[in-house]
Amino acid sequence: MNERWITPSSDADEKQESQFETWISGENVPFVSVEAKEAYKARATLIKDSIQLTKAPRRIPICPSAGFFPIQYAGVSMYDAMYDYDVLTQAWITYCKDFTPDAYNAPTTIVPGRVLDILDFKLCRWPGHGVSKQLEYQYVEKAYMQAEEYQDLIDDPTGFFMNVYLPRIFGSLKSLDKIPLLPPVNEIVCVPPALIPFGTEDVQTAFNHLAIAGEETMRWLTAVRRLNGTIMGKGYPAFSGGFTKAPFDVIGDTLRGTKEVLMDMYRHPDELIEACERITPFMIKSGVASCKAAGHIMPFIPLHKGADGFMSDEQFRTFYWPTLRKVIIGLVNEGLVPQLFAEGGYNQRLEVICDVPKGKVVWWFDLTDMSRAKETVGRVACIAGNVPLSLLCTGSPGDVKAYCKNLVEVAGRDGGFIFSTGAGMQGSKAENVRTMIDFSMDYGIYKSGDQ
Amino acid sequence: MSKELIDAMVNMREQQAIDLAKRMLDEGENPLKVLELCRKALEIVGKQFETGRYFLPELILSGEMLKKISKMAKPFMRQDVKENAVALGKVVIGSVKGDIHDIGKDIVVFLLDVNGFEVHDLGVDVSEQKFIEAINQVQPEVVGMSALLTTVFESLKRTIEAINETGLRDKVKIMIGGGAVDEKVKEYSGADAYGPDAVAAVKLAKAWAQMQT
Repeated sequence: MNERWITPSSDADEKQESQFETWISGENVPFVSVEAKEAYKARATLIKDSIQLTKAPRRIPICPSAGFFPIQYAGVSMYDAMYDYDVLTQAWITYCKDFTPDAYNAPTTIVPGRVLDILDFKLCRWPGHGVSKQLEYQYVEKAYMQAEEYQDLIDDPTGFFMNVYLPRIFGSLKSLDKIPLLPPVNEIVCVPPALIPFGTEDVQTAFNHLAIAGEETMRWLTAVRRLNGTIMGKGYPAFSGGFTKAPFDVIGDTLRGTKEVLMDMYRHPDELIEACERITPFMIKSGVASCKAAGHIMPFIPLHKGADGFMSDEQFRTFYWPTLRKVIIGLVNEGLVPQLFAEGGYNQRLEVICDVPKGKVVWWFDLTDMSRAKETVGRVACIAGNVPLSLLCTGSPGDVKAYCKNLVEVAGRDGGFIFSTGAGMQGSKAENVRTMIDFSMDYGIYKSGDQ
Repeated sequence: MSKELIDAMVNMREQQAIDLAKRMLDEGENPLKVLELCRKALEIVGKQFETGRYFLPELILSGEMLKKISKMAKPFMRQDVKENAVALGKVVIGSVKGDIHDIGKDIVVFLLDVNGFEVHDLGVDVSEQKFIEAINQVQPEVVGMSALLTTVFESLKRTIEAINETGLRDKVKIMIGGGAVDEKVKEYSGADAYGPDAVAAVKLAKAWAQMQT
């Protein structure tokens, strides 16, 4: 088989243009007025122009990452936001109304708490379930997959997730370990053996849990969709839609765990690389599917274990980057714009991550030197970022203004820049958020841009 | 063989390092000397980390090697040696109230431990009261606080204020670390220093422990 996802396909430009056209048109958005529709298109166009690097937009689009800030700003608890969908959507409406960023983040990261309860989710603790009702959900770091299981994952990722991983991370789905392997179901005589597990009480109970959790998810989704319609309908596009991950992070974050995956680079290098390769098509397909479901062009891709300090440049080039690059190309080939959120510092990676097709991705930085990022990555891709959370949480509006001024001047020069925060804004002082948005919206106007 | 053991550890040849240490112990080498060699190797790895040649994987893996070799060496040690081992200093550490993340803190604990500190790990979601009780009990030179979430900066600040109020503040040095923690958060919280990585934490602890002895 030819190696896939090495170079962008010949129709990638055309596909991107067509995806942008659909997204900017806001075809299914219930706009409240003609003006709102025009405002939506104008804001989405700011983002498009910044991404394609063909011309500076009229001004820099201001797209901070809301994180859980709207919940804190509304004065409600994380518990209420996860369990009462009206509270959640009201908090988002208030945030968007009071701060008016150019693009908002749909609250899809505020997952429905009841679903986690029903499924007895093990990967995190959430408000009222291991952490206080005021606080956000938090990941429980552990090796959920053992080193000797690499081969099982490589042989059959879907089977491994179904029979081994999901039963481990969902207490209510333990009996999924009885679900038969699927490729052997290919002859008349194979039908009864394949069905036996589905006749047992515990497997039926697991499916029942899934059905109830699915119904609850639909209630949440209905509320979130209605909310999206309300905000977009007033003229504000969503900053991202859809989600996927770097294959190395899939293995490192929630399968092997940080310590183990880092040591695997020495102890099980071949298996680690092969597992990343095997996961790659899944990450491309899920990125495409989730964008389609969200009606968006920019899948959010949070990057974790490839940051400065976690590995050397050589290790990054060997273990992390090849399959992430394939995911990027796979998404670009569908006309999508990967939104690569480089959490932590990426100062050591600036050279290697320039190897992406021009004008096709967003590199969103957190603690990276934006001046160096502009000189390097900025030549081939739109950069975004990076107002530090330490500043927004502990600084004064004056400090914030000074930082934003410099950021706009350095990173915003000649377009190709989306103004944002270094991470989700939870913990920020409201006056700092207001100063950041208002100041940068005024200060980020391109004097020579087409008005 | 001494040089070979250090070499194997520094160059991440885990199996070779284990085999060499085992051979040395079996052949009657002083277990304390074997451990001393391991520490030397770790020191070199730490330096390589500081100069940007090595990163977390090497820190963790070399620490794991030391742990395995320590375990092998234990049965060879005389009881009095085991009991009289003197720590470099004492550290009380934990993730502050509200934060249940432990990976960053655990890596710091691990490195402090393999570098010869007596570490009292209070775990995660540690209340002000628990920090104060532990400081009273352990009387450490150093207190470490971890905060990954930006929403617990307040908690960090409150914990340090609570320590101030008890009058224990002059007896300890406080270092903080994690995710978005930086100089600004250090100022805000009232800590003595922040460390951007685990090696920085070990360096801080070493310097402070030395000051007090």
